[in-house]
Amino acid sequence: MAQPLLSVRDLRVTFDVPRPGAWPWTPPRKLHAVGGVSFDVMPGECLGVVGESGSGKSTVARAVIGLAPISAGSVQFDGQEIAGLTAAQRRPFGKDIQMVFQDPLAALDPRMTVGDIIAEPLVTHHPDLPRPEVRKRVQDMMERVGLLPNLINRYPHEFSGGQCQRIGIARALVVRPRLLICDEPVSALDVSVQAQVVNLLMELQRDLGLSMIFIAHDLSVVKHISDRITVMYLGRMMEEAESGTLIRHPSHPYTRALISAVPVPDPRLEKARPRMVIQGELPSPLAPPSGCVFRTRCPIAREACARDIPAKVDRGGGHMVACPFHADALAAMPLAV
Amino acid sequence: MLTSRTSPDQILDAAHRAEIKGRSLWRDAMTRFARNRAALVSLIVLMLVFVFAIFGGYISPHQPDYVDFMLRGNIKELGVPSLENGHYFGLEKEGRDLYTRVVQGTRISIMVGVIGSLVAVVVGTLYGAISGYFGGKVDSIMMRIVDILIAIPFMFVIILLLVIFGRSMIMLFVGIGLMSWLNMARIARGQTLTIKNKEYVEAAIASGVKPIVIILRHIVPNLAGIVVVYATLLVPELIITESFISFLGLGVQEPMTSLGALISDGASQLNYGTTWMLIFPLFFFLITLYAFFFVGDGLRDALDPKDR
Repeated sequence: MAQPLLSVRDLRVTFDVPRPGAWPWTPPRKLHAVGGVSFDVMPGECLGVVGESGSGKSTVARAVIGLAPISAGSVQFDGQEIAGLTAAQRRPFGKDIQMVFQDPLAALDPRMTVGDIIAEPLVTHHPDLPRPEVRKRVQDMMERVGLLPNLINRYPHEFSGGQCQRIGIARALVVRPRLLICDEPVSALDVSVQAQVVNLLMELQRDLGLSMIFIAHDLSVVKHISDRITVMYLGRMMEEAESGTLIRHPSHPYTRALISAVPVPDPRLEKARPRMVIQGELPSPLAPPSGCVFRTRCPIAREACARDIPAKVDRGGGHMVACPFHADALAAMPLAV
Repeated sequence: MLTSRTSPDQILDAAHRAEIKGRSLWRDAMTRFARNRAALVSLIVLMLVFVFAIFGGYISPHQPDYVDFMLRGNIKELGVPSLENGHYFGLEKEGRDLYTRVVQGTRISIMVGVIGSLVAVVVGTLYGAISGYFGGKVDSIMMRIVDILIAIPFMFVIILLLVIFGRSMIMLFVGIGLMSWLNMARIARGQTLTIKNKEYVEAAIASGVKPIVIILRHIVPNLAGIVVVYATLLVPELIITESFISFLGLGVQEPMTSLGALISDGASQLNYGTTWMLIFPLFFFLITLYAFFFVGDGLRDALDPKDR
């Protein structure tokens, strides 16, 4: 088995939330954005991460790239530990790990030309590169992501959302990173443009041999692009499997509910199929439920769920489920039409 | 490039790479500014005042420190503004040519305003951007220093400085420079707090760009809009400050002068019926202030169209 490119073990991210009106020395409340997440990304593999808003998917990505503080756990990139490094020690890794952001326009500096924006990582990591060479590489990259290279002197506000996202992708790929983290890269785009951007990402991933972490809340998009999918809920991992397995045989009650919520574009099928609607709201990450974090909304929850954090059960072929009662979920939550 | 052997492919490729110039946000703002009548007129007025302050002395036959003894005995009747004897604005109370004095005063007043404002822009912007960007303890300490300095009544400090170290132009600049950057630092810091959480700054951090480069490349250019507006509005404020100090008799000293000093002189002679001594400096004082205020307003509208 090959060495994983990125190996995350028991990653925890907690933020301090100051109590309103408190003294400076009162201890702040802890917000557990990510509470113990482990996963591997193999070279050339695309890992999809899904979950509803506030499930900690973006925070995982931001922790890996160094934008969120890692409270505990280990993050190894190509065998090197990057958790706990100072900002200065992390800088060289910017060449290998790059990120594509959610809001395409906000991710581009409005006062810089597209050429300067795309060139920024390049001139940061290769300061000796002569200017014509930088320009050439930027234009090559623009062509690669489907932008006309003669737009190099334009400003971000002159582009559409889809084009802006292409600029963001070009900026991320211009230094030839080995790992690309896409934080909901298509959720701010039209459906037709979404398809273009997703296909572009798949094509680039194949051609450049990239590893990718693809975050989205849209399961159908993630299924299309990912080799494996991880489902997150309130900062914990619920289920992880090959994407085909996860879609066809979801085992965790939360995954089953998610899949049942994906709309089917056929009114008759849509009416006929059983629908699992999970009740209530996402609990506050300031005070997550004891034991299994999903138990407050789980249709098959029982007393044992409140006691201890459920261990991951291996169902074979790398299909991990964080629910000891997943067999009951199959019966209690039918999905088939 | 395009020889007879060039294939259509190469031509297309060349056209492909011929770069199109984009419209920057600055260019957009300038277009909006040009559409604002009041601001545009004020800008022209301001330029005329600048030309007057710099080159105005050349069209007068007199020197600012030359006392016309022929007319000095009866300023009220002989010293009235006239084109014949070359005293376009008349004489001031000591018998010197008021026109050249006003040119000199305008020059000094604008210099005080512009230099003070420049100090504010450079020091205040960098101070505020650094404080806001690093945040936490650095921010608290840097901003408490500003709070302490702002709490000191600065007019008092300037007067003390001028009294203790003697009345000189340098001390005046030091005094005004000391206080002018404080508000700018606060404004820049507040704006930095919003800019530093933008995704483009995060993208730069994630790429491994150094903090000081991020401040200079991403934060300061995006602060520039608000800084320019504030700086333009700061100039007239500083001119007023300087005029007030000169009015008190502490500012610019003879034989130099400033608009404030001239207004003070003119006001003291009002009883003798020589109103021109007050009217001319006051006129230049007011049009300079109004022009600066209108230009500042116009810049604010042009640079931040969302707020209108």
